[in-house]
Amino acid sequence: MTVMGRYLLRRLLIAIPSLLGISVVLFTVLALAPGDPFGELATNPSIPPEVRMALREKFGIDDPVAIRYVRWITAMLQGDWGFSFASRINVDTLILQRLPATLFVIGSAQVLALMIAIPVGVYAATRPYSLFDQISSTLAFVGFSLPTFFTGLLLILIFSVQLDWLPFVYRADIDATGWRWYWEHFRQAVMPITVLGLFLGASMTRYVRSAVLDVIRLDYVTTARAKGLGERVVIVKHVVRNALIPVVTLVALQMPAIFGGAIVTEQIFRIPGIGSLLISAILANDTPVIMAVTFVFACLVVFFNLIADVLYGWLDPRITLA
Amino acid sequence: MVEPQRAARQFSPWLDAWRRFRRHRLAVASAVILVAMILSILFAPLLWKVAINDIDFTARMQTPSWQHPFGTDDLGQDLLARMLYGGRISLAVGLSAMVVALTVGTIIGAVAGMSRRWVGPALMWLTDLFLSLPALPLLLLVIYLFRDALKAAFGPEGGVFVMIVVVIGGLRWMPVARLVRAQFLSLREKEFVEAARALGASKVRQVVRHILPNALGPVIVAATIDVAAAIIAESTLSFLGLGFPPDIPTWGRILYDAKDYLDIAPHWALFPGAAIFLTVLSINFIGDGLRDALDPRRVM
Repeated sequence: MTVMGRYLLRRLLIAIPSLLGISVVLFTVLALAPGDPFGELATNPSIPPEVRMALREKFGIDDPVAIRYVRWITAMLQGDWGFSFASRINVDTLILQRLPATLFVIGSAQVLALMIAIPVGVYAATRPYSLFDQISSTLAFVGFSLPTFFTGLLLILIFSVQLDWLPFVYRADIDATGWRWYWEHFRQAVMPITVLGLFLGASMTRYVRSAVLDVIRLDYVTTARAKGLGERVVIVKHVVRNALIPVVTLVALQMPAIFGGAIVTEQIFRIPGIGSLLISAILANDTPVIMAVTFVFACLVVFFNLIADVLYGWLDPRITLA
Repeated sequence: MVEPQRAARQFSPWLDAWRRFRRHRLAVASAVILVAMILSILFAPLLWKVAINDIDFTARMQTPSWQHPFGTDDLGQDLLARMLYGGRISLAVGLSAMVVALTVGTIIGAVAGMSRRWVGPALMWLTDLFLSLPALPLLLLVIYLFRDALKAAFGPEGGVFVMIVVVIGGLRWMPVARLVRAQFLSLREKEFVEAARALGASKVRQVVRHILPNALGPVIVAATIDVAAAIIAESTLSFLGLGFPPDIPTWGRILYDAKDYLDIAPHWALFPGAAIFLTVLSINFIGDGLRDALDPRRVM
């Protein structure tokens, strides 16, 4: 097996316990929650106690917690996620329908955030404490102090209500084809992606700036300059490449916050993703959907952490792969 | 000879910190704004005696005027009075959740930082696990499952308050724990702690008298940022309609009610949104200033 393959395997083996740990936390929350799924049957006089006991036994409600956990986790792993009371379809089909919209918004927002954060952060770090640096760091503070729900409403107020340029309801089924379809899709996606992208970009700018500042004073940068390389080449080829390695980890660590922002954005713009599915499931008391969506979010976080680890090992040869 | 008393009195670490804090102009301005907001939230209701639930159908969704400085909502309720009330709740939630996060984080970080065997790594594994939990979905899940039970135990207002504070605090302790542990790991090997150990100080005394006071600076900075994060978390929950009940007008809840009337009554959403933004922004700037003041190693 190659070195990289062994590194991958090791990372995978580390990811499994944390996934199990998360599932234990989720299940504990569910098990600690008050309320009995068969509580209503107990007060219903037309159901004899024996039937109630038989039902309880059939679903194994009186079993020890550990056994119930093992049963729940095996069902989750086998893809048996239960049945949505509200939507009348299986939970896994429901989530698969909704997941692409969420991933599209999150992914585009992440790209937008990087497109803002890398140039601004690098430029600010090459001129620390200059006017540009001060303005950009103040704006970054403003950016991550603005809650996503307020930016969303502000954008709707400006671009949909006042200027009437963009639609404020996201539609999954656009009745148009070809270029027109892409144009409509672009128009409805602009605001949600901007809201999330600016929020992420603001904190990422600060990470990039401090990562570049850490690298720019190292000796090898001075060497590169002494060789007579142009400033541009020094910054782009020597500094940024190394500075971005810790940024990869930070992007992955931000993932939980991104999902929080995605839930809010999906709710404001009515994007049919898993975030708005979670809210509507909570309002409809649809427990299987709530548990499954929370679990999917947790899996996505672990998955992105895994990707970050792998990228990190690939980008930074100093990391011991063995 | 006369003792140079003045020069001797002027040195103290806190005075030094205050001097460094003062140099961060935005932080000082933010502190002034925040104090002004807190004072008005605390004392303005004594002067502005309009009830938060005074329904007046003849004055629905009015724009700001002398009679209603912040305008009214769809039931003709005065927004200024509602926002002053909501501000108290937002700040109370922010501060209490910070205290919860700080307490849990400090205890876990201290235990992990002092242990020399398996306890430390185990606690750090737990910390990393909690860090990778998706906070908002979990928050929503817990609120969904425990809402009714807590409402029965503490009443509608108190139950939601306790739950939101505990859950937000319980999902925000991890950065504090990591910080405290890192500080402890280096401090516990310093000579002054070794001296205390050699003199027979118990572990608790070493921590409380010698290590913790020296680890305080970064912890205070983290605590400040936590207040802002907790205020945002509470507003987010209320904005999603899953926080405080409708009759308790927190800032997030007012925004939630206002969001369907953006075209007719934009002021209704702008005032609470701006209040949240201004509070969070000034707390974040104060945190930045405190970092310069209390964590001098990080200043270039």
